[in-house]
Amino acid sequence: MKYLFFISIASRQKAGALFFSCILLMLLTMRLMAADTVIENPDLSVLEQQQTLGAYLTRVGNCMGCHTAKGGQEFAGGRRLSTSFGIFVTPNITPDEETGIGHWNQEDFWQALHSGKSRDGRLLYPAFPYTEYTKVTRQDANAIFAYLQSLPAVSQFNPPSEIHFPYNFKPLLSIWRTLYFKEGIYEPDEGKDEEWNRGAYLVQGLGHCNACHTTRNLLGASEGDTLTGGQIMGVNWYAPSLTSHLEAGAGDRTIEELAELLTTGISERAVASGPMATIVGQSLQHLTPEDIRAMAVYLKSLGENHTNDSNGTSFSVTTGSLLKQLKQGGQLYEQYCQECHGATGEGVPGIYPPLANNRSVVMDSPLNTIRSVLNGGYPPTTAGNPRPYGMPPFQQILRDNEVALVVSYIRNSWGNNAGLVTAIDVGRSKGGDH
Amino acid sequence: MNHFILILIGFLVATPIANATETDSVTVPNTMAERVKACTICHGDEDRAGRDAYYPRIAGKPQGYLFNQLLNFRDGRRYYQPMAILLENMSDEYLLEIAHYFSSLKLPYPPPEHINLQPEEIKLAEQLVFSGDPERELPACSACHGDNLMGVEPFIPGLLGLSRVYIAAQLGSWRNGGVMRGQTPDCMSEIAKQLASDETNAITKWLAVQPASGNPNPVTALAPELAHRCHSIVQENGAAK
Ligand code: HEC
Ligand code: HEC
Ligand code: HEC
Ligand code: HEC
Ligand code: HEC
Repeated sequence: MKYLFFISIASRQKAGALFFSCILLMLLTMRLMAADTVIENPDLSVLEQQQTLGAYLTRVGNCMGCHTAKGGQEFAGGRRLSTSFGIFVTPNITPDEETGIGHWNQEDFWQALHSGKSRDGRLLYPAFPYTEYTKVTRQDANAIFAYLQSLPAVSQFNPPSEIHFPYNFKPLLSIWRTLYFKEGIYEPDEGKDEEWNRGAYLVQGLGHCNACHTTRNLLGASEGDTLTGGQIMGVNWYAPSLTSHLEAGAGDRTIEELAELLTTGISERAVASGPMATIVGQSLQHLTPEDIRAMAVYLKSLGENHTNDSNGTSFSVTTGSLLKQLKQGGQLYEQYCQECHGATGEGVPGIYPPLANNRSVVMDSPLNTIRSVLNGGYPPTTAGNPRPYGMPPFQQILRDNEVALVVSYIRNSWGNNAGLVTAIDVGRSKGGDH
Repeated sequence: MNHFILILIGFLVATPIANATETDSVTVPNTMAERVKACTICHGDEDRAGRDAYYPRIAGKPQGYLFNQLLNFRDGRRYYQPMAILLENMSDEYLLEIAHYFSSLKLPYPPPEHINLQPEEIKLAEQLVFSGDPERELPACSACHGDNLMGVEPFIPGLLGLSRVYIAAQLGSWRNGGVMRGQTPDCMSEIAKQLASDETNAITKWLAVQPASGNPNPVTALAPELAHRCHSIVQENGAAK
């Protein structure tokens, strides 16, 4: 009851805001459309330019990553995305008339990308990150549409999504939207320079970093702050905070270091793994150096603004039995890990990530570290790192309690200090994609 | 096919340069062997008795075959989750280089397994392996896998030096058309479906007890009409992109 009441108040407030932003939007769109008519002349090369820009922006948004089945035809959909709402099967967005979006016009596309509504008015689920794409300008959206329409049409029907109860109950989706969906193009911060604003536009908008890097509530909505870290819905990975210096906040990183990580997938102190490796491989490595730099500038400023958060868990090992556990972990480390990560966890820059003083290893959530040990992995192949070295999986060699011992060891050696891990944590970290 | 050859040429041209320029100051050897440690933890070069017999040997198999399999695992046409995770973000070029590396590895074959076969099982197996069954239009295994069963370059793997468990699992998943292998029907799934279970059983045992020796046969060893039956040979390197 209380909950419903809350919703009704919230929606009334939102309605006002919505009305206002609609007007604003209309004004804005009119302005941008005016700009469009200038661009949209019958000259073919202008269309081609728009398509080239669109191809680039489509990379930034990684539309192909989600809208292509494993080993399937590009943009023809059919990829299965597991989320806590259920399994979504992405639609075909090639210009096929019958099975794709060939019959769509610019307006329909804008409605999808900006407002999260399909051509027939059906509300779309936020598994499609329109919650972020809404920040994209009309001009950029048109370019993406022009590019998509220039692709070869692929006739491919995809099976329907399997959305769980209660999320398959459509009114829930509209309630959700009223509560959590803020429609609106990115508004530049006048106090910041152009580069910063470009970075913010890309990170908050097309880059859809927030789609993973934020805590989601039960309804799958971002909770409050942006980019503060969270477990990715339905995928068993933790996307660290991009603001906190305890996680992946970039306050103390150099712009160059960040840019290197985002374009090559590996830097001296960090490596992109799991879903992040995929984002770097499919999307970020293709960005221009200017855009990557802009993103890095913005990310660094986010980190610098959040240096005051405190580490909740200062952990110290005192009792004898704990020391014994760490000793056992150390033996496993020597046997299985040291050859690559080094006797003091120093790693080899650009090849084997360091484990000492590595924030990914000592984050509160041990999930990613456990997953790395269970599944191993390779950083993505990128132009800057075309022949990466890999980490072997240990799931078939070590028992859960041994994984717990070695992870506890690396979290508490060489100056690292973080909570111990149990075999139960290890069991929970199994499963999921990637 | 063109795609495959293009990548191959690119690879041949690129590799020596890459090797010449990269020198790491630290002690990590700049070699493929070091890069594929994540693979050799399972596909090790030790004799398989000490390990889980299910991990197939990949050293020395034809390059095109290995490349096809790597693409299949990465793109979900052949299913084995631990490998899919490792290959997920690898480019075609790198997969080809990995295939090249393993195919050029010449490691001694493990000794054959010790399994008791009844004389009639041996007879049945040899009949099917070397002559097939013309009545069912079932070609001999050796017609495609080479007279010595050591495979045919570049797409057909040898059948010796594999464990019984592994061969049985492959034939089983082809027959059942499951998610494990061969999502799309292909020559091997047609063949596996035609074999009765006692036949599969006899062939599997028989193959596992043969000593492996010799090399894959040159591509000319394969009759074109047989090659045409197989998607994985005719189709552009199996990469269906
Ligand atoms: C994280 C995965 C993901 C990414 C990235 C993604 N999409 Fe989607 N998209 C989806 C899903 C899932 C749906 C279906 C949502 C639904 O049915 O409610 C969808 C729906 C759509 C639709 C609506 C199709 C229809 O028939 O209603 C369009 C258009 C679309 N996406 C275009 C894009 C574009 C353009 C991009 C890149 C800027 C993109 N998508 C990026 C997952 C994604
Ligand atoms: C599909 C989900 C997803 C998206 C989208 C995503 N990330 Fe990540 N990101 C992750 C996960 C999971 C990790 C933790 C694994 C790791 O450390 O690489 C991560 C880690 C990171 C790290 C820390 C890497 C390290 O080891 O220090 C940075 C920086 C980062 N992401 C930036 C970004 C930026 C910028 C964007 C948007 C352009 C983005 N991410 C989009 C999932 C995602
Ligand atoms: C053959 C070399 C090798 C061995 C042996 C090895 N690793 Fe790794 N490790 C790597 C590589 C390469 C990566 C980067 C993998 C990736 O990008 O997914 C990595 C990544 C990691 C990470 C993630 C680091 C980060 O910044 O996200 C952890 C944790 C880790 N290894 C722990 C271990 C432990 C514990 C062992 C022993 C049980 C071990 N490694 C054995 C090569 C190795
Ligand atoms: C956890 C153990 C494990 C790891 C690690 C592993 N593999 Fe495998 N590999 C297997 C198993 C098991 C199979 C057989 C799967 C099946 O039944 O289809 C296999 C099959 C293969 C095949 C097909 C063999 C054939 O004859 O058809 C190739 C090629 C291969 N692996 C290459 C690699 C490469 C390259 C890597 C490293 C990137 C790797 N594997 C890592 C266990 C592993
Ligand atoms: C028409 C040609 C053809 C014939 C006849 C044939 N094979 Fe094959 N076989 C192939 C091809 C091609 C592959 C590789 C399939 C792939 O790329 O996935 C293969 C692969 C295999 C493999 C997998 C080996 C590995 O390393 O994973 C086994 C086992 C096998 N065949 C057994 C047999 C047996 C037993 C027979 C006889 C009953 C037989 N084959 C007859 C063409 C043939």
